[in-house]
Amino acid sequence: MRTAFIDTTTALLDEDPRTALVLADISASQFAPVGRRHPDRVLNVGIREQLMIGVAGGLALTGLRPIAHSYATFLVDRAYEQIKLDLEHQGVGAVLVSIGASYDGSAEGRTHQSPGDVALFDSLGDGWTVRVPGHPDEVRTLLRDAATSDDPIYLRLSEQRNTDAYPDAARLRVLRRGGANAPLVVAVGPMLDPTVAATEGMDVTVAYTHTPRPFDTRGLRALAATDVVLVEPYLAGTSSAVVSRTLADVPHRLLALGVGQTDLRRYGDPADHARWHGLDADGLRRSISAFLGSLGG
Amino acid sequence: MTTTLTTDSSARLPGLIRRLTGDEKHAPSAHSTIDVLQVLYDRVLRVTPDSVDDPERDRFLLSKGHGPAAYYAVLAAHGFIPDAWLDDLAGPESRLGHHPDRRLVPGVEISSGSLGHGLGLAVGTALGLRAQGLHKPRVYVLLGDAELDEGSNHEAIAYAGATGLDSLTAVVVDNSSASYGWAGGIASRFTVNGWTADTVNGRDHDALYAALTGHRPRHPHLVVARTESKG
Repeated sequence: MRTAFIDTTTALLDEDPRTALVLADISASQFAPVGRRHPDRVLNVGIREQLMIGVAGGLALTGLRPIAHSYATFLVDRAYEQIKLDLEHQGVGAVLVSIGASYDGSAEGRTHQSPGDVALFDSLGDGWTVRVPGHPDEVRTLLRDAATSDDPIYLRLSEQRNTDAYPDAARLRVLRRGGANAPLVVAVGPMLDPTVAATEGMDVTVAYTHTPRPFDTRGLRALAATDVVLVEPYLAGTSSAVVSRTLADVPHRLLALGVGQTDLRRYGDPADHARWHGLDADGLRRSISAFLGSLGG
Repeated sequence: MTTTLTTDSSARLPGLIRRLTGDEKHAPSAHSTIDVLQVLYDRVLRVTPDSVDDPERDRFLLSKGHGPAAYYAVLAAHGFIPDAWLDDLAGPESRLGHHPDRRLVPGVEISSGSLGHGLGLAVGTALGLRAQGLHKPRVYVLLGDAELDEGSNHEAIAYAGATGLDSLTAVVVDNSSASYGWAGGIASRFTVNGWTADTVNGRDHDALYAALTGHRPRHPHLVVARTESKG
């Protein structure tokens, strides 16, 4: 996904003079060639993430379309107030593109992990579009789409990926349809493949989206039965409020799966963390089976 | 380009400021900025109510959003906003709050209040203008000496100096309100990073004018406007 981001952004900088890129040293070497062609629109501010977002805000105030990029924890967590004030409060947009989602940086430890990034965007109100692609081909499409608008958009890239791309899955896309009133399982971004594997043989409807904000509430109301399961690659429960609001007048139960809140203080690889958080296929199957079997079972 | 004296707002400002009430808390910071704002809008900035959307206009960013009474009065004196808006500061129907909002007030370039955001936005604005071949506009950003305590400013000071961002002028109104002061002087923090700097009496309009137009090629410029202590 990172390669798809670098290739697509490079092409956008060559094609569209409105596009600008702001970096804080991360990925700077990969963008050096395009930076030599467009030195005024490829800006590396050094290890200064607050300034990176401030500069993005200033660029947008002059009518450019800035793309700002770093690890999620530096781009979002560290510069949260700049996102809130230098973009949101100014009424201007940018495309923020992160890498290192959740436990991608497992070996780096907590300093390089940001499972709470999407929840932070929820705290900013409903203006932000949050895209969580599950495949590099989705990244290409979503980035090109983002570059043509003026909206505030967060693109959350991961090293975890699904086998197949569904670039049109901004709305819930049904990949497996269960029987009448079958429970609905919603997988976001790279959680699709483990979710499909986990629900093999279960009578459930599996729907996929790479765009949790704005959440496809119309699709949710159309597809939801009594039981709804969220499988998200960031903090567990991040979209619970959306589901609860959408189904406020409908009797339902909700199981929200995702990354746990506790800093595990462990290294290992992303597969280890997926297992520890119960987000591998076996863990998901255990949680979903227990939830669905807990009524009258 | 020659800068011409466009307006002398001296006669109108005292009356306009008196119309603004309810902002006593931030009065010292409002009064410390009045002379800088007056010189900027009377004599320096190339922006009028008719050109607030013109890409070629100069930009003025009030980073130190506290105590904007003087700012609102100057905007009214120059016709950006109606005088009547001054009579209901921060009222339920007012467009003028204790911190300015660019979405509500014509001529206001940035929404500010929280310290430490204007200089980064100004750097981005200067870069964005340059990238679009707009080399005439200057970007002025006004900060307070205590606001410089915020670390975000130091990211911007270092970067603007290192890259020679010469369309940028920062104005620091120094009324000695920083908790620990600035040993060695405020200007030294900028010049060590490659800025040019002038430190002047913040009440002397001719000295302010010379400093505000005293930028040099290939360096961002700083004006330290010293006023009486906040006390």
